[in-house]
This record gives sequence, structure tokens and C-alpha cells, in this order.
Amino acid sequence: MGYILNEESMDIVKLARDFAEKEVKPVCAQYDETGEFPMDLYQKAFDLGFHALEIPEQFGGSGLDYYTCCAVYEEFARIDAGFCTGVAADGLALKTVLMFGNDEQKQYFADYICGGKGNGFAAFALTEPDAGSDAGAGKTVAQKVGDEYVINGRKCFITNAGPAQIYVVFAITDKSKGAKGYSAFIVERDRAGVSVGKEENKMGIRLSNTADVVFDDVHVPADHLIGKEGKGYGYAMSTLDLARPIIGAMAAGIIRRCIEECVAYAKQRVTFGKPIIKHQVNSFKLADMQIKLETTRAAVINCFNQYYAGKPYGEAAAIAKCYGGDSSVECALEAIQILGGYGYSREYPVEKLLRDAKIMQIYEGTNEIQRMVISGYVCR
Amino acid sequence: MFEEYKNLWVYIESSNGVAANVGLELLNPTRALADSVNEKLVAIVIDSKDTEALAQTAIKYGADEVIVVEGEEYASYSTDAYTNVLNVLAEKYKPSAIFIGATNRGRDLGPRLAARVKTGLTADCTSLAMDNGNIVWTRPAFGGNLMANILCPEHRPQLGTVRPGVFKKAEPDEHRVGNIIKEDITTPLEMIRTKIVDIVTTVSSDVPNIEEAEILVSGGAGVGGPEGYGVLKELALAMGGSIAASRAAVDAGWIDHAYQVGQTGKTVGPKIYIACGISGAIQHVAGMSSADVIIAINKDPEANIFKVADYGIVGDLFEVVPILTEEIKKRR
Amino acid sequence: MDILVCVKQVPDTTEIKINYETNTLIREGVPSIVNPFDAYALEVAVRLKEKHGGTVTVLSMGPDQAKAALKECLSVGADKAYLLSDRAFGGSDTLATSYILASAIHSLGKFDLIMCGKQAIDGDTAQVGPEIAEHLDIPQVTYALDADVTEDGKVIVKKETETGYEMVETQIPALLTVVKTEFEPRMASVKAKIAANRKPIDVITSQDITIDLSRAGLKGSPTKVKKTYTPPMKGDSVVIKEETAKESVDKLISILDEKSII
Repeated sequence: MGYILNEESMDIVKLARDFAEKEVKPVCAQYDETGEFPMDLYQKAFDLGFHALEIPEQFGGSGLDYYTCCAVYEEFARIDAGFCTGVAADGLALKTVLMFGNDEQKQYFADYICGGKGNGFAAFALTEPDAGSDAGAGKTVAQKVGDEYVINGRKCFITNAGPAQIYVVFAITDKSKGAKGYSAFIVERDRAGVSVGKEENKMGIRLSNTADVVFDDVHVPADHLIGKEGKGYGYAMSTLDLARPIIGAMAAGIIRRCIEECVAYAKQRVTFGKPIIKHQVNSFKLADMQIKLETTRAAVINCFNQYYAGKPYGEAAAIAKCYGGDSSVECALEAIQILGGYGYSREYPVEKLLRDAKIMQIYEGTNEIQRMVISGYVCR
Repeated sequence: MFEEYKNLWVYIESSNGVAANVGLELLNPTRALADSVNEKLVAIVIDSKDTEALAQTAIKYGADEVIVVEGEEYASYSTDAYTNVLNVLAEKYKPSAIFIGATNRGRDLGPRLAARVKTGLTADCTSLAMDNGNIVWTRPAFGGNLMANILCPEHRPQLGTVRPGVFKKAEPDEHRVGNIIKEDITTPLEMIRTKIVDIVTTVSSDVPNIEEAEILVSGGAGVGGPEGYGVLKELALAMGGSIAASRAAVDAGWIDHAYQVGQTGKTVGPKIYIACGISGAIQHVAGMSSADVIIAINKDPEANIFKVADYGIVGDLFEVVPILTEEIKKRR
Repeated sequence: MDILVCVKQVPDTTEIKINYETNTLIREGVPSIVNPFDAYALEVAVRLKEKHGGTVTVLSMGPDQAKAALKECLSVGADKAYLLSDRAFGGSDTLATSYILASAIHSLGKFDLIMCGKQAIDGDTAQVGPEIAEHLDIPQVTYALDADVTEDGKVIVKKETETGYEMVETQIPALLTVVKTEFEPRMASVKAKIAANRKPIDVITSQDITIDLSRAGLKGSPTKVKKTYTPPMKGDSVVIKEETAKESVDKLISILDEKSII
């Protein structure tokens, strides 16, 4: 079951699976342990173009649809959700530019990702120390001075902040207007005043880099403004709407791995004279996991069905992200339970699945925010 | 139909006047085949020196007759020169079958010769029989998962390569006599289109030839690392044998490829083969199933190796092997 | 420098399992792959192309499904792909197969190097390469680990031997059969996958080449498969599992003693 793709897309998903199995799987446990950033691994993935899937071919990418992208992310997250997060974070920054930037900006940004200008990493800088779920409460400002904007402020929990050579930064251009005073900018890492702050030592997705980015009197030319002044908050929300189903796809990858690990273990572990997979208590748990896997995928696919049909997809996006995130945590917990002591041991990969899954309920809008979004549609 | 095609030929692979085992091994089963159809068993010797001694050796191991071709151009093997010799000989003498060892050389020479004389070749055989004047060539396919019996009923000569180590040499008969025919075949140098410009030996000379060992203690994935071979070496030493390995261990880089037993390694036929921490993939089994006695030691009671073994112990090799070593030592 | 690589689509034999109840191969669900040795040959060819310029053409004989293998080759550096497919080719043994391939190569044009994998992992015969070389009357070097070509058309081959390797010199045109190389074949990029999907694969039949069909297919095949069977397994294994390792070893020793094995 899952995605119905054409031959070309299936070839790419197969390639992603091979890459994850051959390149990511052998090293991810070690990087998870040390917390070291696997730069070489990302470079290999970027060399093959896995970070530029959704960039249109005219700008140098592969121009793939989001169904294919999601099937690829599922393959990556099945092996390591941290690695997948690092790759997908490029796409998060990209989406703002692809949706709201002009052609010059799209080409400029794409060149940083896959045109040899940067190192392939990009980051989306919205969250601030006092503005997470309440993104409108940000303090980062951009003041127009002649032909330039001068940006000041601090962003935190930014995926890819460390390695990224280019950022999409949200800053307030008009304090009096609250959320309506936000604007979005393209900011290069090498501009004077841009610095990367402390790196988070995270519970999970430890193959990804998360850090603060500080902007101290950073001058950017006016043509780095994406879209229109004052529209930034809307751009950010639209970007997140389109990115949320991708979290759903990653959650599906984690659930799939939970099922695979449990099936393999439960077939060979014998209690009371039979393999534990033959005990209904376990086989039913596996059935429940499978229901969650397929439902998560269906929710992801539904979101893009709405998107490609030109319909509003914010609610569907929130459902895919929220349901997938919750399900991945539930499945990881059950997986640990099925493996018992081995599940709790770091010798086996399932405890890592739980640590990785937990972020699915938190980033790109906590699941509480998703429920606010969904209830907003329900209760209006 | 093929009245003019008579006698079974075995190519005696040699270098610098020294015969490789495989040709001498082949004289054993083909001796019986030749007797069964009342034909002669003929050995073919091609070398640059000591061909007389090689011929005598072939006779001792069972050949009735030896055809000898000697020349400087045969000092090192070349596809072109050796194919030429065998082709000329086959045209002149019309053998009913030619047996070649499935060594690197044999697998280079066999198909080239087959295409030149336009006949069928069966590669890598592990068993031979005679059926109504046709050789029944048995060979593994699908990585050893399948065995096939192959005939070449309408073409002569029939050609086949046979894996080294599958057959054992006969006891040499020092009193056996046979006819030696010297053929003067020169291959002009311009006909030899390949030239060896350098030979590099990377396998250290202290690696034993596991194809010859009578006892092999073999380790696979369960050995866990290069240091794991320590306990296996001690057992091998106590039993007077050698260590060997499965592909999993070789691919992991724990031990040299020269020790590898199996479809992509060597075929061995020791008296006792002790498989330690080897799951028993069919590709491995293909290389050791002709051992007289197979003993398996594995943690996993479901491991395939127990289906192949004569005797097996379910247990951790690192516990079992040292105890076994002690017991063997006590008895010596 | 124009190189032709012969490839075969094979079932992944490492995935094949045996049903011990019926003693048959379980082939369902076994993926089809490019024969691994052919993938090594292609990698050597593509590296030569990258170094010296030129083209890499891949040729496969097989049914329509074998296009998938050719597409795989196009995604990792081959420029052109041909599928050789004809009912008249069915049932060919190695001699007939090599004759058909050689006829096709001859009809396709001039190539400086022909490369094949050492052997296909389903048939494991290692015959087709050298037989093609004979049909084309060109020199062969088998067991190649790597190769290079000099300005004056000399081919230098690193050839694997039982004890190490040899450097063998020959001249173009030549045929090489390639073993597992010291380098891994490259992985395709996403863009290369897309490009490979959009490239045509030319299907050639017996009509498109000069060939004597009496030498192809079943009637052109001197060898006949009389029967196939799964290798017999010993059904009478004695498996020992005592409380302690010591007890297990003692039991084994006593059995071996009894049977005078040691």
C-alpha cells in the first residue's frame, strides 16, 4: 500500500531506500551516540540530489511532486529521522522562496542548494526564544535604510543553522502591526553580523544540527525581501502548512521501522513454547501499528490531493502532521514494549525510534498548535 | 554417429613444469569413465620444460597415454597459444571429451576453445557420469541453489571444466606405464595477442592451501572479528588442520580471501569440516558439501548449517571451541 | 574510446531460498537485478570514458523486462542501451548466446573494448565473455580488476590471479571480463534516474542484425539440460544441545569416537 507512483518516481524511491540502507544505516547509530554532525553523509546525499527533489528543473532541481518527495522522506526516516530532518529542512526554507519569491530569487536560492554556490544546506529561521508556537510574538526586526534592510535579532531551534550557507529569515518591518508587520528575507551566512549560536544537545534526531542564529546589524539589499513587506507571517504559515505533511511522511517512516523491528524480533523470540508473534497480544499490537502507518500515509496523500486540486490544505496538513506525530510516538512505545528489555537497551534500535519520534509532536508546530488549527476549522 | 571421436582427454594444468593438483584429480573420475566405454584416458601436457616428467606423473595417476607439446611460447599461459594447441590437437585426434580444471586458467581457456571448435562446454562441474556414450556433467547454478545435469549429445568433442577440490587424486601407481606422444606445435608470437608484463603476489606464502587440508576449522559471521579466529586456530592446530572462512567473514575484512570456502571462494573436500558461527548459506555449502564429515557449532538452532551437518552443537562457539580444543589435546 | 558492455538481468540469487518440503527454489518475490559482475564491468567502462572520453553502450539479451536492467545502466553512466530480444533466441546455451551477442555487436558498429562481467550469478558459467571474444576474433583478458588504455591503443589490464594479480598488456579491440573490483559501482543520482527513464531503449531483433539463425536458440545450442534439482540435504543430522557446553562437547566426542572419526 502507500504511495501510488509512476515508474520514474518508484525508481527514485528505490534509490532513496538503497542510499539509506547502504550509506545511512551503517553509521547512524554511531552518530546518534556521539552527536557529531555527519557532514560527509549529507554531502553524499546532496551529490545525488536528494535535497533538491522539489526544486523545479528550470532552476536546477529535479522537479518532483510532493508524493514522490514524501515517499523518499519515508525511506530516509525509516533509517534515521535525524538525517531526514536535515535533508527536509532545506525544503522547508525552499518552500517560502518557491511559493512567494520571484524567479531571480528562486534561481539565487536554488544555486545555493544545488547550483554549486553553497554547500547544499539552507535553513528556515522563524522561531525565537519567546516566539515558538506564538510565532507572532517575535522580536527580530528589519529596518529599511535606503536600498537595504538592517536585521537585528536572535532565532533559535533552527534546523541546519550551523552548516547552512543561506537562510530564510522572518523579521518585523512594522512593529505597530503585530503579526501583519512581518516580512521574509533571504540572508546569506557570510554577511557581516550573521553568527551561529550554541548548538542544541538533543534527545533525538541527533544526526541533524539545531542551533541559534544571531543577526547583529546585518545589512541585506532590498531585493532580498521575499514577496511583499508585511506579508511574512502569512508566508511562514503557508510554508509550514505545506511542510507539515512531510513530518507526517517522516512519522510514517518511523512507524514502518517499528513494525519491521518488531516483526523480526517477535518471529524469533520464543516464550511459552512459541514465537511471541503468535501471541495475539503482540500480533494485534502489530495490526494497530499497521493501521497507524497506512492512516498516516493516507493523511499525507490526502493533504497533497487537496494541494494539487487547488483547494485549501491547512487542515489536512495539520491532521497529517498531528496524527502521524502522535502515532509514531505510540508505535515506538509499543515497539519497546514488544522487545521488552531488549527494546530498552541501546543495543537495539527501537529506543532510538522513540527519541526520534518525540520531536514529530513538537517541531513545525506542536501537536497542540495543530489541534488549534484543526479545531479552528471545526468550530468556526 | 561419432565413431571417429574417441578417448577422454584431461588437460594437465602446469606451470614451469609443475602440475597443478586439479589435472591429477581429474584423472581419477575420468579413469572410471574411460573404462566404462572402453576408451583410452589421454592426458594433455603443454609447457616449456619438464614435460617428460609431467607426462610420467600423469601416467602414474591413471592416464593411458600422454600427448606432450613443448615450446618456449608456452612458458606462461596465454589464451591464444593454449587455445591454438588444444584446437590443433583436437582436430587431429578427435577426442570424445576434454576435461579441464575450473581454475582461473581453465575458465579462460575452456570457453575460448569451445567457441573455436563450436561445441558445448559445461562449466564448473562437481560430478561426472556416463550415459549412453554421453558425459553427464553435473554443475551448480543459481549460486548453488540448483543442480543441473547437462549433456552435449550432438557435438564432439564434449567439453567441461571441473572445480578443483571436488575429486580426490588416486593413489599414484609407480609401476604404471603409458605411451607418450610428442607433438610439435608452434604458435607464432604474433598470434599471441596478450602479454604478461608484471606478476604481483599479494597472498602471503604462509597461507595454507585449504583445498588440500584434511581438517578445516572454518569461521563465519559468528566469529565476530579478526581476533575471533584465535580460538579456531588453536583447534585447527590441535587437530593438525587449517582454518577457513565463509564469505561473510571475508567480506567483513576479518580474514584473507584465500581462506574463503564457497561458491565465490574455494571448493574443499577435507575429512572433517568444522563450521563455527556459519549460518550455512547455500553458497557456502556449495564449497564444502563434499567434506567427509561436517560438524557445525552455532548459537542459532534454526541455522541452515545444521541441515547440512552430520553433527552439530547448539551453543556459543567461544564456549564450545576451547573445550573441544582441550578435549582433542588430551587425546593426543 | 567506445566501449560496449554486455549486461544480464538476473534474479538476486542471494535472496533465493529453498522450500525444503518440496525441494524447489522459492523464486517468487526475488528481485531482478543487474548481474553484479556486469555492474563492476560497467563501472570500469564508465571510469575509462570519464578519463579518455568516448561512449559507453550497454547491450543485453533477454525479454522485455530486461529493459529495467538497461535503464539501471543508463542511470549510472551508460550513454546508449540496446535490448536484444527475439523468440528465435530463446533456449540459447552459452555458445548460442555468445554467437548472438557477437553478431549484434558486429552489427552495432566498431568498439574499442567489449566488457562483460566475469560470470552471471544465476548461470555462473563464465563462458559467454571468452566465447564472444572468439567469435569476434579479438584477444581476451579474463578476471580483470581494472583496466586502462594508452594513447597508442594498448590496453593494460590488472588481472586477478589465485595468488595476487598480473599486469597484462593487449591491444584494442579486446574483450575483458571483470571480477569484483576494488571500488564500488557508483550510485545513480536523482537526476540521472529521471534522465534514464526518459531515454529510449532500442530493441533489436534477428531482423536487425546479420545472423545465421541455425546457430541461435535451442537448435544452435550444443548443450542440453537433462534435469535440474535442488541439492540434496542430509536429513539425519545429529544436533546436540546439552545443559552446558562441556556436556555437549563430551557427547560429540563420544559419538565421533564411536564412529572412529577421530
